[in-house]
Amino acid sequence: MSLDRSDVEKIAHLARLQIDEADIPEYTENLSNILDLVNQMQSVDTSQVEPLAHPTDAVQRLRADEVTETNLREKLQTVSPAVEEGLFQVPKVIE
Amino acid sequence: MEWEAVIGLEIHAQLATKSKIFSGASTAFGAEPNTQACAVDLALPGTLPVFNDEALRMAVMFGVAIDAEIGRKSIFDRKNYFYPDLPKGYQTTQLFHPIVGVGHVDIELPNGKHKRIGVTRAHLEEDAGKSVHDKFPGMSGIDLNRAGTPLLEIVSEPDIRSAEEAVAYAKKIHAIVTTLGICDGDMSQGSFRCDCNVSVRPKGQQELGTRTESKNINSFRFIEKAIKGEIIRQIDLIEDGGRVEQATRLYDADKDETRSMRSKEEANDYRYFPCPDLLPIVIDDDYIEAVRQTLPELPDARHARFMDQYGLGDYDASVLSAYRDMADYFETVVASAGDAKLAVNWVMGELSKFLNSNNLGITDSPVSAEGLGQLLARIKDDTINGNVAKQVFEAMWNGEGSADQIIEAKGLKQVTDSGALEGMVDEVIANATSQVEQYKAAEPEKRGKMLGFFMGQVMKASKGTANPGQINKMLKQKLDALCD
Amino acid sequence: MFEKTLAELAQGLDAGEYSSVELTEAYLSRINAEDGRYNSFITVTPEQALAQAQAADATRAAGEAGAFTGLPMAHKDIFCTDGVRTSCGSRMLDNFISPYNATVVEKFNSAGAVCLGKTNMDEFAMGSSNESSFYGAVKNPWNTDCVPGGSSGGSAAAVAARLVPAATGTDTGGSIRQPAALCGITGIKPTYGRVSRFGMIAFASSLDQGGPMTRSAEDAALMLNVMAGFDSRDSTSLQMPIEDFSSQLNQSLKGLKIGLPKEYFSDDVNPVIAQQVQAAIKEYEALGATVKEVSLPNTALAVPAYYIIAPAEASSNLSRFDGVRYGHRCDNPVDLEDLYKRSRGEGFGAEVKRRIMVGTYALSEGFYDAYYKKAQQIRRLIKQDFVDVLADVDVIMGPTTPHPAFKIGEKTSDPIAMYMEDIFTLSLNLAGLPGMSIPCGDANGLPVGLQIIGNYFAEQKLLNVAHMLQQATDWHRMSPITAASAGVSEV
Repeated sequence: MSLDRSDVEKIAHLARLQIDEADIPEYTENLSNILDLVNQMQSVDTSQVEPLAHPTDAVQRLRADEVTETNLREKLQTVSPAVEEGLFQVPKVIE
Repeated sequence: MEWEAVIGLEIHAQLATKSKIFSGASTAFGAEPNTQACAVDLALPGTLPVFNDEALRMAVMFGVAIDAEIGRKSIFDRKNYFYPDLPKGYQTTQLFHPIVGVGHVDIELPNGKHKRIGVTRAHLEEDAGKSVHDKFPGMSGIDLNRAGTPLLEIVSEPDIRSAEEAVAYAKKIHAIVTTLGICDGDMSQGSFRCDCNVSVRPKGQQELGTRTESKNINSFRFIEKAIKGEIIRQIDLIEDGGRVEQATRLYDADKDETRSMRSKEEANDYRYFPCPDLLPIVIDDDYIEAVRQTLPELPDARHARFMDQYGLGDYDASVLSAYRDMADYFETVVASAGDAKLAVNWVMGELSKFLNSNNLGITDSPVSAEGLGQLLARIKDDTINGNVAKQVFEAMWNGEGSADQIIEAKGLKQVTDSGALEGMVDEVIANATSQVEQYKAAEPEKRGKMLGFFMGQVMKASKGTANPGQINKMLKQKLDALCD
Repeated sequence: MFEKTLAELAQGLDAGEYSSVELTEAYLSRINAEDGRYNSFITVTPEQALAQAQAADATRAAGEAGAFTGLPMAHKDIFCTDGVRTSCGSRMLDNFISPYNATVVEKFNSAGAVCLGKTNMDEFAMGSSNESSFYGAVKNPWNTDCVPGGSSGGSAAAVAARLVPAATGTDTGGSIRQPAALCGITGIKPTYGRVSRFGMIAFASSLDQGGPMTRSAEDAALMLNVMAGFDSRDSTSLQMPIEDFSSQLNQSLKGLKIGLPKEYFSDDVNPVIAQQVQAAIKEYEALGATVKEVSLPNTALAVPAYYIIAPAEASSNLSRFDGVRYGHRCDNPVDLEDLYKRSRGEGFGAEVKRRIMVGTYALSEGFYDAYYKKAQQIRRLIKQDFVDVLADVDVIMGPTTPHPAFKIGEKTSDPIAMYMEDIFTLSLNLAGLPGMSIPCGDANGLPVGLQIIGNYFAEQKLLNVAHMLQQATDWHRMSPITAASAGVSEV
């Protein structure tokens, strides 16, 4: 299984990662090799096997519907790169 | 060519929990930006979701109410896309195993006919935050207070064929979720929003046309207008030789048109997979039964009971049962007045007229259900007549007091003293010589109708307080005596 | 003092031989003097440590000291620490001063532990060599040309170099056990769900598990007593009765049934490692255990399944790093897409980008069934292999890694070769089983790790099995420091 440049560009876009032009060949090769590795899986017949998403058979626990959090905006926004009037700033969103 | 529209609705109902679906932050509307967005809601590194039991209960309640299959094992999935109002970079939702499976609701159409609309599924998911676009030059501000508010997304089958049906369906779902108390239904605050999927096809064709989705419509009127407009747009487009593009469109209420929206994720590859931070939600029959026991009477059942118990017609019953608040108000009036017929006439008539002209909902009525019931009881026991009751009602609306206080203060009690009435009747007859002559000249079977004039005169003389039954009887006796 | 285990230091504190402040000062100055050689810490927190030590001494003076009061330790920089930078080894979080504590951090704080700082790690825990850290490679104290393993390489190197007696680690595919093996220390990955993941920055949520990295099994039990336990803030946390992991350490191993998977002793394993592991198993037989060959037929599939599941979960878990609410943000973004792409492109290193892309691809439309679903099906087969074998034996043993520590830079250009180093460790994460690595020998001056695998919730058994070997042998007492000062490379 081998990927080409445009596959890598498409994946990088989907993942919102800027990749340097110069690095694309290496990523293309790395990813192709990884896909070759994972394609070993295809040799096994798993048609009768139920996928396992969690290692244990536990089920979801429920939280009581209570407000337990207080307003920590000031503290939580100390790590924020761009805030005005309590709002996180991003380049204008056009819908 | 004759065209047929095929419409499906996706309704997002915010569940009326106190805290968010996966965190302990408050869901209250209207707080200062980001003051109700805790570490989990901001998706700080290392934070994890824990599921709110009320959100589960409410979703199951809805499922039971629409007679749907309930997912004994439902699973949260991640829908991955980048958007600033989506802090984790994915929305936690339920794609493959929703909590509510196939169900249905029945809608009444304007022509009085009923139609069953299938509900494909209803699933739990988290709401996104909000973007503020007009506050900062070149920048948008992100408020995550709403992020993580529980939503029930209710997906209909493409069973809907017109804008009117779509509105009837949306109103029915709205009535159900508000009756259940699982959603406040406030459309202006976005608690109940609707995405409309619309396509058209030549009538008789099986194959579906290409559909467009108009998102986040937050009023019934806009649903109707957006769908109507979109149907016309699509038909025009096709008839002009064009093609409908599958797209997400935004309804602009000011211009009353839908326009293409810049896609959130051009490729639309959401890379769904089961959320590894949440485990399967497993519920058993006992859980579902326990929820069923708590179901309030639903609009359809109440409709039937209103017809049966109070002898209401289909239309009155349907209007009065559609909303829990209205239905509760009506039943309180009946209980307080002791007369269902009077209650229907007044709630549907005078009360609705005042509410509509003041743009108020039933819960905002300045006249309480008990108060209206007491007023109607005064009609029933002949303390006042219907016309006077309207005056009293207006005074009650204006906050002048209870029915009894107003009747007392304004001296509106019906005159039933026959001595006093007799005097007024005699005076009217004495002053209306020509009408008396006409009465005498008329055929006996036509005289009944002619009593109206004399009634009016006596009512006028009594300033409306005379008991109409009593004077009618008295006038007939006295006039008929003159004819002999 | 620096050769002492936690248990021995606790005795010294109890006996008043030194105060926690003295202990803390000694370790801080040792870190200050020595860590330039190893680069095992990203952040050292002397002020907070001394404040905690003072508080611990006060607690002890008041007669209220618990088992961990005043003991120095360090956290892998993946655990969020309120008021202290929590970088996860990434440029993305170089500026991230966590505003809250991870549950594990809270637990150590309440136990009176003294945290000396945050240890180095592979970026976002993605790596087996600690070379992917934004803060530079960590060096193996046994040979500073070699890697310490990863991703908890900073914790392993710091404990091995006697810069701290114990540290926390996390293990997604071997990230506690593999560096423990390569640095000659003891590490345990508990059963999935034992240790809260709240505040532990996620790599692959269904695989990640925190655990102790120490110099002995006895110390690992002490650490686990603090770390483990139900947490209502983590939906995957197990609701189990509280156990005293120190209580079963000295049980006799007479009749212990050990399974040796033939797949773990293949020709791909370095012969010295295989020989040392066999020698350790002989010790167990001497202690009364019986040995039988077993088979875990799907072992080879663990690597491909893991390298779909872990990147898929990671690709989604790391989407939150978008330059909006915290973390690295590029300068002057021209639009939203630019903000995302440059912030993430600059903030993440090559290995993280590689894994995000693999995961994105595996989950993308048309590939889900062939990759993600397939991997989850194989995951069940792998789990079933273990369930079957563990119905028959008490523990499974084998080498933790196929090779001893490799040279820094040796495998960086070949991700696949790097991934194969985890072949014996990552199947446990897929199955959610507990596993340990303990030192069991030396391969030309580099430590060898013995992996001990137990059934779900069998941590007490694992610790007991490990402790009994450490009572009978001295491999866990090997020290790169004493080895160096004695001028010899072997103990």
